[in-house]
Amino acid sequence: MTPQDVDTREIRARYPDVFDRPASARLAMPAMIVAAFAILIYGLVDLDFSPSRFFAGLSQLGWISLMMIPPDPGSSLPVYLKALGETLSIALLGTTVAALFALPVSLLAARNIVPSNILRFPVRRFLDSIRGVDTLIWALVWINVVGLGPFAGVLAIAVSDFGAFGKLFSEAIESADQKQVEGIRASGGSALHEIRFGLLPQVLPVIAGQVLYFIESNTRSATIIGIVGAGGIGLQLAEQIRVLEWQKVSFLILMILVAVAAIDFISGKLRFAIIGRRAVA
Amino acid sequence: MTVAVSILPEQQLAALNAAYRQAVARRRWRLLLGAVIFAAALALAAVGAEVNLRTLFTYFGNFVSYFDRILTLDSGQRVWTDVGEWLWGWRKWLKMLGETLLISYVGTLIGATLAFILNFFAADNTSPAPWLRFVVRRLLEFARTVPGIVFALVFVIAFGLGPMAGVLAIAIHSTGALGKLFSEIVENADMKPVEGIRSTGASWLSCMRFAVVPQVTAGYASYALLRFEINVREASVMGFVGAGGIGQELVVAIRKFYYSDVSAILLTIIVTVFIIDITTGWLRGRLFGMEART
Repeated sequence: MTPQDVDTREIRARYPDVFDRPASARLAMPAMIVAAFAILIYGLVDLDFSPSRFFAGLSQLGWISLMMIPPDPGSSLPVYLKALGETLSIALLGTTVAALFALPVSLLAARNIVPSNILRFPVRRFLDSIRGVDTLIWALVWINVVGLGPFAGVLAIAVSDFGAFGKLFSEAIESADQKQVEGIRASGGSALHEIRFGLLPQVLPVIAGQVLYFIESNTRSATIIGIVGAGGIGLQLAEQIRVLEWQKVSFLILMILVAVAAIDFISGKLRFAIIGRRAVA
Repeated sequence: MTVAVSILPEQQLAALNAAYRQAVARRRWRLLLGAVIFAAALALAAVGAEVNLRTLFTYFGNFVSYFDRILTLDSGQRVWTDVGEWLWGWRKWLKMLGETLLISYVGTLIGATLAFILNFFAADNTSPAPWLRFVVRRLLEFARTVPGIVFALVFVIAFGLGPMAGVLAIAIHSTGALGKLFSEIVENADMKPVEGIRSTGASWLSCMRFAVVPQVTAGYASYALLRFEINVREASVMGFVGAGGIGQELVVAIRKFYYSDVSAILLTIIVTVFIIDITTGWLRGRLFGMEART
């Protein structure tokens, strides 16, 4: 049968749902796109997006970028290196403290440890509320408590990660194999033994992977909490942007990029070493 | 059922036992070494971050009492005893929240559109030229690694105070993050339809439009929704640097010690984030549900 012999009418009759879709199905997608676009236009108007302002800002941005070249720390390189060290310290400490506190709480939020919905619900909502508040807001709160400086940053990262870890850990615990726990129970182990010998060996590698990943992503968060005064390189960055020292700004941004890339690399290696390539792929 | 357990002679057993103990000991040593290195890193970090446990314990009461204070009205009563007084500024706050949502919506949509355009150049299997792929990838990496709020700081100076800077910062950051995720979806796409379309003599653009896009849109939408969720949180702090949204109100309330306002604004932010999380979760479920049904 050559292509000319194919009767399109016959094909149309045979596959009605491809050729004659109901109008509602055909209109749904364009309607959604139009609606999305309408909200976009409304948003642009409401948020004062005038083209003149946009292009004026763009040319300003062009000037700023030109003034950033070449990146130059001036005489403050030692200060910046110290600030970067502070940032890395904040990320490492904050994540570790968060993980230590989140582990016991995540047990309370896991379905297979605490079967009662009523007991689990408040723990989960508590973790959710902590997560719903951005790290920067926690940083502001802690600055009120312990004063300006990197210590407030550590506490801010620890609290906001506590919420994230609690959720992630409890999910890891829920997906663990129950058979080993049952084995411990069958041999007469107590509830604590079940967790220690049946559960933890299964979930620790997963948790270690997540913690490493968070140290990596917290390096990014730690670079910015300085903007509100909680220590680290963000403090320097915000200051230099405010006084329009663009060459220093670009140097600081480069430093952040290099540091994040280095941490990415190291923690990637460690993650593979701990959980193995197979688990990742 | 009888099971024969062969018991090895003493000498053989001793050798095996020794090997086993050695293996276990080696593992323990490695673990111990790792723990020591980790502890040393922590100690170093504690010095670097000026951790002072005495400060923490002295001021920990402050932390508790801070929550006590933000949950107390000026009249000295608990906030929930007089909700009208507590949420006195709800009209203004809802308007700012609306602005926050709009900032994240517009930012996410612009970012997702840019990411949609760029990701075909960044993916291994669809990029028309290796040098283009390299350039686009570095560009996306840069957009994603520089934190959104740093962009916002710079944009506030270039575009002036206001939500415009926040929108652009979120858009750029989303472009970087989504561009990477999108290109990963494209790399997992089936290439046979592309070959089929290319065999008809179609251009690169038509290959993308008719062979790749239909495969990947559901994944794109899912990631874009997830990004929207994250961006709502991010937009809630954009106001800290003057880039619009509820953050502006919050930072004023915190800095000026309007205690009950802090808790009221935090409450509205948390509730909004909850609602957005639940709604986008439901939408994502429907999107993937649609996938499963067809």
